[in-house]
Amino acid sequence: MPTITVSKKGLLKQIGKHMSDEELKEKIIFLGISFEGLKEDEVTVEINPNRPDLLSEQGLGRALASFVGTKKGLRKYIVKNSGAKVVIDKSVEKIRPCTACAIVKNLKFDDEKIREIIQIQEKLHVSFGRNRKRVAIGIYPLEHIKLPIYYKALKPDEIKFQPLESTRVMSGGQIISQHPTGKEYGYLLEGFDKYPVFIDANNEILSMPPIINSHKTGKVSEKTTEVFIECSGFDLIIMEQCLNILVTTMADMGGKIYSMDLNYPDKKRITPNLEPAKMKVDLKYVNKILGIELNEANLKLCLEKMGFEYEAKTKKVMVPAYRTDILHMIDFAEDIGIAYGYDNIPEIIPRVATTGEEDELEVFSDRIREILIGHGFIEVKNYCLASKDDQSKHCNQNHELVEIKNSQAEERNVMRSWIIPTLLRTLSENKHREYPQNIFEIGAVFKNDRDTKTETGVKEEISLALVMSSEEIDFTRIKQVLDNLLKALNLNASVEETIHTSFIKGRVGKIITDKKEIAVIGEITPEVLSNFGLIMPVVAFEINMTQVFNLLKNKNEN
Amino acid sequence: MEDIKELISKLHPLERRIIPVLRGTNIFSELVRKSELKEVEVMRTLQWLQAKNVLKISEDVKEVIVLGENGRLALEKGLPEKAFLESIKSKAKHLDEIEKTAGLTKQEISACLGLLKAKAAIHINSERIVSISDHGKNLLEKESLEEHLLKHIAKVEVSIPELKAEEKFAFENLKKRKDIIRTVLKKEWTVILTDIGKKLVASNISSEKVAEKLTSGMLKTGAWKNKEFRGYDIQAKVPRLGFGKKHFVNEAINYIKKIWLEMGFKEMKGGIVQTAFWDLDALFVPQDHPAREMQDTFFLSKPGKGRIIDKELFNRVKATHENGWTTGSKGWQYKFSDEKASDNLLRTHTTVLSARTIATLKKTDLPAKFFSVGKVFRNETLDWKHLFELHQVEGIVVDPEANMTHLKGYLREFYKKMGYEKVRIRPSHFPYTEPSAEVIGFHPIKKEWVELGGSGIFRPEVVKPLLGIEVPVLAWGLGLERVITAYYQITDLRDCYKNDLEQLRNMKKWMR
Repeated sequence: MPTITVSKKGLLKQIGKHMSDEELKEKIIFLGISFEGLKEDEVTVEINPNRPDLLSEQGLGRALASFVGTKKGLRKYIVKNSGAKVVIDKSVEKIRPCTACAIVKNLKFDDEKIREIIQIQEKLHVSFGRNRKRVAIGIYPLEHIKLPIYYKALKPDEIKFQPLESTRVMSGGQIISQHPTGKEYGYLLEGFDKYPVFIDANNEILSMPPIINSHKTGKVSEKTTEVFIECSGFDLIIMEQCLNILVTTMADMGGKIYSMDLNYPDKKRITPNLEPAKMKVDLKYVNKILGIELNEANLKLCLEKMGFEYEAKTKKVMVPAYRTDILHMIDFAEDIGIAYGYDNIPEIIPRVATTGEEDELEVFSDRIREILIGHGFIEVKNYCLASKDDQSKHCNQNHELVEIKNSQAEERNVMRSWIIPTLLRTLSENKHREYPQNIFEIGAVFKNDRDTKTETGVKEEISLALVMSSEEIDFTRIKQVLDNLLKALNLNASVEETIHTSFIKGRVGKIITDKKEIAVIGEITPEVLSNFGLIMPVVAFEINMTQVFNLLKNKNEN
Repeated sequence: MEDIKELISKLHPLERRIIPVLRGTNIFSELVRKSELKEVEVMRTLQWLQAKNVLKISEDVKEVIVLGENGRLALEKGLPEKAFLESIKSKAKHLDEIEKTAGLTKQEISACLGLLKAKAAIHINSERIVSISDHGKNLLEKESLEEHLLKHIAKVEVSIPELKAEEKFAFENLKKRKDIIRTVLKKEWTVILTDIGKKLVASNISSEKVAEKLTSGMLKTGAWKNKEFRGYDIQAKVPRLGFGKKHFVNEAINYIKKIWLEMGFKEMKGGIVQTAFWDLDALFVPQDHPAREMQDTFFLSKPGKGRIIDKELFNRVKATHENGWTTGSKGWQYKFSDEKASDNLLRTHTTVLSARTIATLKKTDLPAKFFSVGKVFRNETLDWKHLFELHQVEGIVVDPEANMTHLKGYLREFYKKMGYEKVRIRPSHFPYTEPSAEVIGFHPIKKEWVELGGSGIFRPEVVKPLLGIEVPVLAWGLGLERVITAYYQITDLRDCYKNDLEQLRNMKKWMR
């Protein structure tokens, strides 16, 4: 989530009221914005991804002004038509088909304001624009541009201009391969034989979205008073929302908004359109969700506190054009709740009779824990994410595992398919601790299961693994533990010789019950021990608990 | 005298063995020899007695003479000069021949020559033929001072100040020769009895009547009737006893589960591996939401894709994303990707279990309450406040009458049992709840407001496609580790799962 830093002085000016730091902080938090810090004149807040309209001093100030009551209700923005055209060529259709544009005049820029504009643009790029993939924004000084403007796609070598932060004219291809911004965002144009550009009536290239503006025609300076703004991407609604946020922010800086005529190959459009959307609100619904009893007058007040207008006649709410987060009536309910104050909502424990019930397998696992703890074992708890080498190679195994695509570390590039390797790792990290070391773990294990019809192709089961390590340890000791466990579970099981390359040959067995193999038990081979850096003998067993649980359940039901 | 009796009654068997020996000597090495105990046992016993003010141990360092490498050889085969004289006892010989018969090295031969000439034990002529003198014969007969000293130090430890005059002379001679003897610094302890000690040593500490252990034999025969039992030092430290233990995080989990069970919640269980459809799409998280980026979620490569089983449900969720379906929402107004929905991933929240549970409910099951405590996964770099695999506590209330006041009520009740008396909610944002709220609680130890978890009411866009009707579903989730670490005095979250056996053995029990 993006964090922004704005001037406290500027913010208070937008709010139109003097407030103490404490008061300001409290209001920010209870408007639903994460407060990160206040130092001298700098206020830092984190903006939730559903409210890109708050990503500026102006947007934040606007919302706070309504909330504290200095400027309640819907903000009115006047949009005049500039008559200027933007012609969208068919050639961009498959590459980056949409744009929404506007002109803002009467601006006064200084260093500070230019920095602010750049911050808004960057924050919108990152969050709402999904790193320029969904939306890219361009802001240009109008004085260098000859209208109308054309949006089309050209072959990379037909594109030639001096990009920002460069000293020379570059081709489209050179920008992608050599310019720092080109290298960073070039992947967004990968696979296309043409790149989109904005060109003015003088055939001067303004920019190559979503990469970079021209140094000559795309750099705002202190002399700039009028700007051309474009948003480009794939979805016209998103472009218009983004443009609305930008132009209303600039209008709050003192700018005057002018719309432009967009000529698409198949349609015409005038942007920006700041007409508020009208959506129905049902007082009963809001009261039911919040558990409070507002009347219509309270409802109106609450909505106004959140920057909306309520029309009693039609029971409709007028939603400002920069609010992109209102999808459903439920969204009004939340804003009304915030205006009412979450603290003012009462607390009730309803008398709803329901029966509590613990998961059966969990209950079963806990009983097994009791038995083992009674034998003096210490329970450990490791991650299900494990190391592929530990799970297979280090244990003399070579079986298929459930693998992670994007793990950041080798210690966790697969999901464990058995727990014994995890416990051997635990032992190896405790070599300096007192022996005997008798430990166990109950947890999930994961197996590839493509043949069955599971949803994910992964079979998850609960497994119990137990290891004992000391100078005196041997097969007898661990078999005693297993015997006691099976006896406690009232399970008749037989031990059969088996081959398992993690265990010493002739000292490993599988446990069979109801013709099913439920466990393996034995002495770990010295080779495996040394793979884990262990210098003390280890005996181990691992039981499939899910299987045992199901066996017992069937037995009890029959 | 009472004190002495008391003292005697509590004597340890080792002490009983040492005390009589103390009548004869006060030197540690002697005590070891005479008591026939091991050095460590004697030292431990003397320390106990010192603690009881019976004696004082004083430590001396003295220079002790020990055999060198050649000294050991000489003890076996005799000194080289003896072998030299032996070889010419009956007949004068050439030096080369002596070397062979006596089995000496060139260096030894020349050392012997110097030594024996000085003692006038031999004659040597210009052809290097050596004959023995009368004095030499004499020397051969009797044991030399040097030999005497070597034998002596092989038997007992001798320190330099203890040497007699003639021993001193032999010592000086031997010291000049190559590695016959060495001197080492050695610690010796002597014991000085205190007044109590003197009385104790003079007392009768006969142990016939004192029993160390009560045995089954004594009980059978009744022999215990004539015995007194030695009193123990009951304040003495005893070695730690190993014992079995549940993992401390699981102890806290059990407690938390109990809270929800008592409040009438049913436990939800389900897979850790999920499709993106269930983990995200069904919860109305837009498919291009930043949280779905690769860096936040663990995706699987093997098997990379899952399947959609309930096609109808899938289509309802898809339509809700694209245009709101019949929920009254605008939806996200984009083209839903079936491909993205089938990606396999490690669940990012247990809210996926809530979604799956709601999908199984019928109208007649309501109201219904569920909870879960389960693992969730975040593809983060491990550090002191971030785990990539952690537990989430999750709860939902599916109740046509539910509202925000109930949400606040349930949360208050839960956190009260977790030790937070003061709890507030403040506005927040989650893609699947509206209204959304962050729970904050006043930390009883830190004395400040801390974040305790997220909560809210599921959006109609989440509930209706799953359940078929729009019903308020209260929902909350919190990170388990963060709320229990203060109790266990853990500041680094990684310490929850480092599985250090020392830490596990010493961890206090969950006592809420």
